Order: sequence, then C-alpha cells, then structure tokens
Amino acid sequence: MRADTAVRWSGQEAMTVATSRLLEDHRVVFAGVGVPLLASVLAQQLHAPNLTVVLEGGIVDPRMEPGLLPISTNEMRAAHGARMLTGIVDVFHYAQRGAFDYGVVGAAQVDTFGNVNTSVIGDYEAPRVRLPGSGGANDIVSSCRDIIIVTKHERRRFVERVDFVTSPGFLDGGQSREDAGLVFARPVAVITDLARLGFDAMTRRMTVEALQPEVTLADVRDATGFDLLVPDEGVPTLPPPTDEELDVLRNLEHPPAETSAPTTGRELQP
Amino acid sequence: MITDFREARARLAGKRRSSADKLVGLPEAAALVHDGDVIGVGGCLYSRTPMAALFEILRGSPRDLTLARSLTCYEAELFLVRGAVSTIVTSWMGIGIPWGISKILRHYVEGGSAAYQEWSHLGMGLRFQAAAMGLPYLPTTSMLGSDLVRVNDVRVADDPFTGQPLCLVPALYPDVALIHVHRADPGGDSQISGYPFMDREIAAAAQTVIVTAEEIVSPDEIARTADATVIPGFLVDAVVQVPFGAFPHECYGRYEADFAHFDTYVQAAEQGPEGVERYLAEHLDAPGTFAGFLEQMGQDVLRAQTEKAARLVGG
Repeated sequence: MRADTAVRWSGQEAMTVATSRLLEDHRVVFAGVGVPLLASVLAQQLHAPNLTVVLEGGIVDPRMEPGLLPISTNEMRAAHGARMLTGIVDVFHYAQRGAFDYGVVGAAQVDTFGNVNTSVIGDYEAPRVRLPGSGGANDIVSSCRDIIIVTKHERRRFVERVDFVTSPGFLDGGQSREDAGLVFARPVAVITDLARLGFDAMTRRMTVEALQPEVTLADVRDATGFDLLVPDEGVPTLPPPTDEELDVLRNLEHPPAETSAPTTGRELQP
Repeated sequence: MITDFREARARLAGKRRSSADKLVGLPEAAALVHDGDVIGVGGCLYSRTPMAALFEILRGSPRDLTLARSLTCYEAELFLVRGAVSTIVTSWMGIGIPWGISKILRHYVEGGSAAYQEWSHLGMGLRFQAAAMGLPYLPTTSMLGSDLVRVNDVRVADDPFTGQPLCLVPALYPDVALIHVHRADPGGDSQISGYPFMDREIAAAAQTVIVTAEEIVSPDEIARTADATVIPGFLVDAVVQVPFGAFPHECYGRYEADFAHFDTYVQAAEQGPEGVERYLAEHLDAPGTFAGFLEQMGQDVLRAQTEKAARLVGG
C-alpha cells in the first residue's frame, strides 16, 4: 500500500474520481451527500455536462457553490441553483417510475452480495450499536437502474453477511433479488479507496474488477472480511486521478481564498 | 393512536372546519397535544423543523408521545431526555456526518427505554400520503427484500394485475401535525417557499394541525399567490406567528441553520443525558419562552444566518 507521506491524492479523492468516471453524460443520478454528490458534480464539470443530479430533499439539478458543500440533502446549500424544488414523495416516485439511471449510496456495512446495512450492529430489537438508519438509501437501491455503493474499504465494513439488510443488494445471491420483486434496479459497482468491485453474473458474489492505483490485490483481500472473486485473467489497475480531476475536486471543497464564497469556517466533508 | 382509516375519517369528518381567525399563542397551540399522542413533525432533518412548537410542547412535560418524522434531528433527543417520548418513527436520526452518530439515540434505544421504528424515507412519505388520501395503505417497490419488511408492520402482496410482489405500507394518521411555514393567513391557509418535504401530506394526514408561521399575512395576500398555498385553512386548527420559529434549524430563504449551535448541542450530548439536561436547563427552562431563547441566541447571530440564507438563494 502506498506510504501516507508520498500520496498525491487521498483515499476519498480516489473513490470520488473512480465513481465520477462511471457516470455517463445525458443521464440522471440520485446522489447522497459527501462522496456521491462530489463524484456527481465532478462528472458534470468534466465529461458529463448534461448529467442531472437529484437529491432526496426534493432538489433537482442544483449547482454546488465551491466551499459551501452541503452537509445534508435537505438544506439551502444543497438547493443552491436548483431548477426544481419538489416534495420528497415526488422525487422518490420519479425513481420508482424509472427516471433515474444511477443511485449512489454509502454503507456502514456491505456484504458479499452487496447488501448494505446502515441500521444496527447486532440484533434489531436489542442492538449493540443503533446506527442512524436507511434514510433514502433503501428507496434508492430499490429503484435506480444502476446502483453504485461507495465506502471506505475496511474489514469491519466488508462482512460475509450484514447484520441487517437496510438496503438490499443481491440478497442471498442468484435470482433472489428478482424473486423479492426488485426487478428494475441492481448493484453494478462498489467503489472503495482500494478497488472497484462488481458482482458475478451468476452467483452475484462480489468480484474485484480493478485496483486503485498503487494498491495490490493482497491489500484488498486484507481489508475484506470474506472471500472475493478474482477473474482468471487478472485485475487491472485504474488510471490514477488526473490533475484536472483533482483540481476540480479540490476547488469544490476548498476554493482558493480570493474566489471563495464566505463560509461558516466549518469543514463540510467527513 | 388511530390505526383504522375508517375511524380516522370519522374523527376528521366530525370536526368543526372553520375559515375563521385561528391565531393563538404558542401555549394555547401546545395545549392541543395530549399525552400518548402521535405527533407528525414537519420539515426534514434541520430544515423547517417546528422548533418553537416543539419547545413549547416540551415545556408542558408531556408523556408517552410518538414522534413521527421523515428524517429526525436532535429535537427528538430533547424529548427522549425529558422522558416525553416512548417511540420514534423515522427513516434516519442524527444531525449529519460531522457530528457523528447520536449518543443519545444510542443510549435510549440500545438501553431499551425507547422504541425506534425505522422505515425507508419513501416508506415514511407513503405512510403519511396514504393517510392524506384517506386510505389504509399504499403500495411501493421500496423495502422489498430488505429486513425493514421483517421488522415493520407491512405486507408483501402480489399485484392483482401483474402478479409482481409489492410492499404495502400502512397509513400513519398522526393525532397532531406540527408544521412550520413561511406565510399563513389567520385562517390557516399556509404557504411554503423552497422544498415542501412531506408537509402537505402530514397536514392532511393528521387529526389536528398546528401551523407556526414566520409571517402572518392577509387572506388577500395569500390569494395573490394562491398557487403557493400548500395547506388549506380548513385543515388547520391553530396558527401561531413565530419569526425564526425553526431556529437554530434553517428556514429556506430566511435563515441558514446555525451549525455553531449544533456544535454546542453535540458537546453537551457527548456527556450523555445529563449533558442534554444541562442544555435544556440553559436553553429551554431558563429563557422560559421561545422568544427568550431567540434573545439568548442574539440579534447578531440571527442577522448573520439571515444574510447567509439570502446569499444562498440569490435573494
């Protein structure tokens, strides 16, 4: 693994860039705050100028103000420059109707079938840790065509089976997701600071598709609590973030002082 | 708590529905809440939270309330610590990533002293919408296959037309709705600027509706922009004028959330329920009224947050 002293980009930047590259032009992305929103805006500013971003607060096509990134999807910073502000039920119904190409969500725990847990560690009725909950994530992964899960690659997060399926991936693998009635949407990628992962077409188990730059397959396996599938032909390495990608990203988070909008002085990204 | 849509209809249909002046003070409005009630809380997370109404209700030391809200912020923690709420119905609870996972939520839910019923975000919306439509449930493809179906009172049933499985979510008929709006007339016709969240649905779902408004305007002024009215007066039981009524949360275009105050609150909450008690002693009990709380926050802070909002919406 790369030495921290020598990094030219952070793990979060690598995740954001890898996610943004999956978002094609002329599409609609339903994004959460943090990396999903940053990746969407990065895509818009570089290769996907006609990508529409939708946020669960009922916000359609906002324009982020550099240095004033939102903490939640339900606030004025998230709504800045939006072309439509509508109800929460409305915006999720656009998703259920089939209008959204991508749904990008985070995960406290993700398992080999791409099931996501953001509810409880331990038992639901008597949890060891009560996490905040689904929010819109369950709805996003149930309805947006291509689901992208973005999370830091850690053994405690990548577990064989999540304690609670908040947001369904491929459930028990095979056809079980379709059998449950989720026929319109499916997880296509898990993006981490170490790798881009996908799912086997038959078993639906998580597969390593590409490594982040300067990361080895052993690094990925060490940070995963289950056996990952690895293609026989080997695993390529993702092209490193370009200077242009990093410039756009860093300007969004920390614009140069002379052009920055006034801020509260708070760091907005985790 | 009402669980049958027929009973909910009968109760609403039996109510007086006047367009007369319903302007009251916060204490009179808060008196409409009774122990054991299910409260539908408008706004979302730290946006347009009916904070003044919630503070006033909490001053009355209610018991056994259920708070139902799309995304729940720390206002519910204040109710947990005061022993006022037994159940939280929501899709998510916390403030936001910079403030971490709520210690107070963990304390009460992991300790088993409060119930936390988790739904998906759309699931919450459809529960209110089903009630707003006077129906017992609505179907969705959300929550299918997830453990949310296992732990909640939902049904998975095959669509009678195509045979596809659907998740049927039960209507949620709050006893009381608390909605903070930008403008209302004395009869309760209410207008919201910016994102409406689920407030239209919650107001129509509830048996009793309390509106707090930044501004009270004349019915003529409402009539001039009638397309912006989201809650008709006939659904509303009490109207209270409360400038900065969502503070320290935001009100779209009016004032931005006071993130520095969130820091203050979370520092207190890090100490557990005792820390929140100290916060409540200082910010709820000592000022005595919501106006007193705003005075405590200070004109400079209110002005600064107002200016930030104007800049963000290009006003």
